Amino acid sequence: MQKYSIFSLIKNAFTNHQNWDVVWRDPVPKKEYDAIIIGGGGHGLATAYYLAKEHKITNVAILEKGWIGGGNVGRNTTILRSNYMWDVNSLFYEHGMKLWENLSQELNYNVMYSPRGIINLAHSDAQLNTYSRRGNSMRLNGIDAIMLGRKELKKMIPFADFSASARFPIFGALMQPRGGTARHDAVAWGYARQADSMGVDIIQHCEVTGFDIENGKVKGVQTSRGNIKTKKIGLCVAGSTSLLAEKLNMKLPIEAHVLQACVSEPVKPFLDNVVTFGAGHFYCSQSDKGEMVMGGDLDGYNSYAQRGNLPTLQHVLSEGVAMFPNLSRLKILRTWGGIMDMSMDGSPVIDKSHIEGLYLNFGWCYGGFKATPVSGWTFAHTIAQDRPHKLNEKFKLNRFNTGHLIDEKGVGTKTWIG
Amino acid sequence: MLEIKCPYCGKRSQNEFSYGGDASVKRPELAKEVLDKDWDDFVYYRKNPRGKHQEFWHHISGCRQWFKVLRNTATHEIFKTAKIDEEL
Repeated sequence: MQKYSIFSLIKNAFTNHQNWDVVWRDPVPKKEYDAIIIGGGGHGLATAYYLAKEHKITNVAILEKGWIGGGNVGRNTTILRSNYMWDVNSLFYEHGMKLWENLSQELNYNVMYSPRGIINLAHSDAQLNTYSRRGNSMRLNGIDAIMLGRKELKKMIPFADFSASARFPIFGALMQPRGGTARHDAVAWGYARQADSMGVDIIQHCEVTGFDIENGKVKGVQTSRGNIKTKKIGLCVAGSTSLLAEKLNMKLPIEAHVLQACVSEPVKPFLDNVVTFGAGHFYCSQSDKGEMVMGGDLDGYNSYAQRGNLPTLQHVLSEGVAMFPNLSRLKILRTWGGIMDMSMDGSPVIDKSHIEGLYLNFGWCYGGFKATPVSGWTFAHTIAQDRPHKLNEKFKLNRFNTGHLIDEKGVGTKTWIG
Repeated sequence: MLEIKCPYCGKRSQNEFSYGGDASVKRPELAKEVLDKDWDDFVYYRKNPRGKHQEFWHHISGCRQWFKVLRNTATHEIFKTAKIDEEL
């Protein structure tokens, strides 16, 4: 594989950039693989990469019905963080943050990791207390967290509404300085390129139409490009999980919902950090191009349409205007939607299933992007070793039967009510 | 914007309604001994189909009645609405 560097850039500039290697192959599916990952999104690509790198399983195929990175990994608001309170979430996502920090070097692909800090605004004393409790929990788990007062915030985010007439006055904030953003497409492409170079077959436009299961064991998959034998299947299909589960006669504790995001027209540097609104559900950051990247609530009803409706967008953006009044002068450039696999307790599942050789990875709600590396890392471990890693052993499927829910936020699928 | 026909008030914009989830799940009869599995199925597990979906909606900013809607989750087409005790 061609190594990317300043030297390779200069060298290729002399030939008008006509001689760059193909970044990943377009292979014909083989008859059999040691493992098949269904879903060529961030989590699927990361899983295949860590299977090859950490566990030396390289006879792997990724089956993607569309093109890689065309789903939620290309549709999110690119936020990275590990500002959770519960140990199970803190330790898991913090492991992810550590992978993020070195990801560009590891993949030899610039994922533009930008630790610009994530600021959660508090709009009451009670909220500030809750945030400081969360911040303390984070610090006990070795995660960076600081509390900010109004004075500091005025310097950092001067365009927020600090006026006396603010409907939701700003009392302070919790900040995770290492939180930030990354270039989402680059994450998918970087993982794809490295996985491919280690021998993983990335097979695009290949839809899984059925499963071959015999005596409770995985034998293979049926696809739009023929049958493929395998003993291990990893499901990483986010919003489409229930559709594949139906082919396996499984009902899962998730609902599919559409989440919208949008960007404004590009403007000069205006916001250095990621900021979330504490009196509702709104978050924004500014992209390198200058666009304000904004998102918030789900549309609020089951949906498989990768587009949303205007009432939700209007609601979300009115929260944005309450936080940054001058946003009201911006035009919206693009809006889009992605299908979230909303689990019933708001936490993911990374687990084995009752079928031998079938592994599940779903229920990311709308926090899937930041988890891309750690989800792939733990899922690869679960598939290779046939048992969960310590980091994901509590993200079990049967917790909905045993009562060991991981409901840190206590909202489940109906987040707009919480 | 969805336009939903409330069986009591007629067609109104989506802004007047709130969503109540899958209407095909049945609460286990409490008079009987309820198996854990049945209760878990009722609380957590959903068919989550892509296509026709029976669901509850609440005309919260209108007549405040709950009712049922048959809607396509991929296209958002609404086929039929019915009162809560009627069949869709």
